[in-house]
Amino acid sequence: MPATQRQNGIKSARGSLLGIEHMPVAEINALVQLARKMNPQKPRPLLKGKRVLLLFYEPSTRTRTSFEIAAKSLGATTTVVLSSGSSIEKGESLLDTAYTLRAVGADAIVVRHPNSGAPHLMASHVDIPVINAGDGMHEHPTQALLDGYTILRHKKKLAGLQVTIVGDVYHSRVARSAIHLLSKSGAKITLCGPPELVPDVATTLVDGLRISRSCEEAVRGADIVMVLRVQRERLAGLKVSLPDYISRYQITMARLRLAKSDALLMHPGPIIRGLELTWDVADCPQSVIVEEVKNGVPLRMAVLARALGKAR
Amino acid sequence: MAKDNRPGSLLIRGGRVIDPLARVDALMDVLLRDGQVSEIAPPNKIRVNADEKIDARGLIVAPGFIDLHAHLREPGQGYKETIASGTAAAAAGGFTSVCCMPNTTPVLDSPEWVTWVRQPQRGAVVNVFPVAAATQASKGAVLTDFRALQRAGAVAVSDDGKPVLSETTMRDALRASAEINFPVVQHAEDTRITQNCSMNEGPTSFRLGLRGMSVMAEAGIVDRDVQLAQQFNGARLHVAHVSTGEALKSIRRGKKNRARVTCEVTPHHFALTDADIRDYDTNFKMNPPLRSAEDREALLAALADGTVDAIATDHAPHALHEKIIEFDRAAFGITGFETALGLAISVLHAHRIPLARIIELFTSGPARVLDLRGRGTLLRGSHADVTIFDPKKRWTFDAAKSRSKSHNTPFDGRQLTGKVVATIVGGKIVHRAG
Repeated sequence: MPATQRQNGIKSARGSLLGIEHMPVAEINALVQLARKMNPQKPRPLLKGKRVLLLFYEPSTRTRTSFEIAAKSLGATTTVVLSSGSSIEKGESLLDTAYTLRAVGADAIVVRHPNSGAPHLMASHVDIPVINAGDGMHEHPTQALLDGYTILRHKKKLAGLQVTIVGDVYHSRVARSAIHLLSKSGAKITLCGPPELVPDVATTLVDGLRISRSCEEAVRGADIVMVLRVQRERLAGLKVSLPDYISRYQITMARLRLAKSDALLMHPGPIIRGLELTWDVADCPQSVIVEEVKNGVPLRMAVLARALGKAR
Repeated sequence: MAKDNRPGSLLIRGGRVIDPLARVDALMDVLLRDGQVSEIAPPNKIRVNADEKIDARGLIVAPGFIDLHAHLREPGQGYKETIASGTAAAAAGGFTSVCCMPNTTPVLDSPEWVTWVRQPQRGAVVNVFPVAAATQASKGAVLTDFRALQRAGAVAVSDDGKPVLSETTMRDALRASAEINFPVVQHAEDTRITQNCSMNEGPTSFRLGLRGMSVMAEAGIVDRDVQLAQQFNGARLHVAHVSTGEALKSIRRGKKNRARVTCEVTPHHFALTDADIRDYDTNFKMNPPLRSAEDREALLAALADGTVDAIATDHAPHALHEKIIEFDRAAFGITGFETALGLAISVLHAHRIPLARIIELFTSGPARVLDLRGRGTLLRGSHADVTIFDPKKRWTFDAAKSRSKSHNTPFDGRQLTGKVVATIVGGKIVHRAG
């Protein structure tokens, strides 16, 4: 029986990764360090014989494939379970699904779920590590870790960096995890967007968070411009006009030039060209969007190695 | 002497009787006979050889507690609670009368079902006063037959769990209420703006990534209802489980304008805030949700200053499979009977609310809201409903030992001050602490 840890007050198997909020900064740094030693081109059989279950209740391209490739690069076997086409469709509960996966021999469960807190519920009931691959509007810890890893490939340290996050912060689990990670690491964060997507309450998430309603002001002098996806259907529900959003908050080359000359342009994907950013911004030299995806693999290798006690 | 079911005489000796309606706070003996309070007098003045005696020295003897708002789940949801198990839990919490809500299966919208709930076969150990549905199947469209429901024994109407959203329907309900002096209990929530919400809107909901219900979703409906109630002379509006300072403002205004507006507050809303929701524990999920610290302060002030008429539990038992699931999907509601008094004393006393006021909120306050005659007081001739408790007893609530069928409570393991020692209904002891 593996040892247990407490994260976010929840009892979970050691190696679980539920969120960044309650993660000590030393652990964040250790994971990023470990990711540097991981290379999917040079597979290491650290997890030979281990079974990693990928349980996805929501669509995913990047996260799912990179977890799968990460696990296989470490010699683990992977099985993907999607909510459609499984017993989940027949009404099986989250916990019963977890018990089932445990019973068939899973050594770790990677879960993506539309409801905030679902991985926490699972982690508090099974004795194997649970890794949060994105829960509702809550957290997406591996995305924040791979973004930290990506920034550190270009910048010496996170402390002191000016980071501007533009777009739909309210609905974004990526934003919440990134804010926790960057704030713990000493970066200075500005959130930018209309009140419907960046509500004033967002500043209560961590100390020192700033909101700007002017994209130009927010981007000026930034070291990092992180753009978040805007979903049309959510704008409609919130009565935000699309043309208005584009004119005020879309990241264009002109706006990006207000940032530092060596600023990085980041986006967790999927990107919608022509909405939250223009076509040329996505492909500009400062854009590390593709690199983020690439870095997701070694970072998730590190997370899985840690989860299964092979963090060397 | 052969024992029959009729209660004999019961003498409660040496206790401190606190009866806010009668303005009594003194050491008194109380004699219960034939289901009534037969005599109440200073110690040792009642010279009757009673069939049974209770030594209440060091204890508070209060009128039986009345809960205006509880879910006993029958008919149709006996897997959560039955009238028998729910009233056993109520008795353990010191409640001698419980008003049960109509969101059962089927909805309590007919005189037949109201009668069914009141039948002795249900096994209730305390008085049960059904609140019937205000609209057919609680769908909010067509009013039920208030007069027939009243005649069958319903004490009020409500679509609890849902609001009467339509202004026209609410106006019609209050007009009918005025005609027959029948309270309309409103669960104030603008469900048009609370869809998919599972907690209060604020820093905690943002941090947890959960959709939050705004204060205005409650306050907007309360404000509208209070204005409507003022339009009909005699209309009676009771606002269920008020949770926000904004709603209290409208209620205060209504009371000042002499509208017949009353309200209740639950123990969990005065004991907890949304910041207490940790780890997505669904035992902290209820509707209305736990609110901000400022709202809680506003509730405490209103409990102290008389704006609030009653403490009501909103006892809402749910089975495990409805609670041990994703927070967003989990059922709203928590159990409440057995922790109500302990929370009231622990929390309200710490906020300098006198014991007599706390007792008023459990007794004469709720009795007045629903016109429960001869209850909520120990005046001679009243029903022999008595709650005896130790206001200083410190104890730890153990949910596993609850009499309720369900154990969905955020207060498991909570240290409380104030414990029920005996509950007497109609002169019969229905609960006695072991």
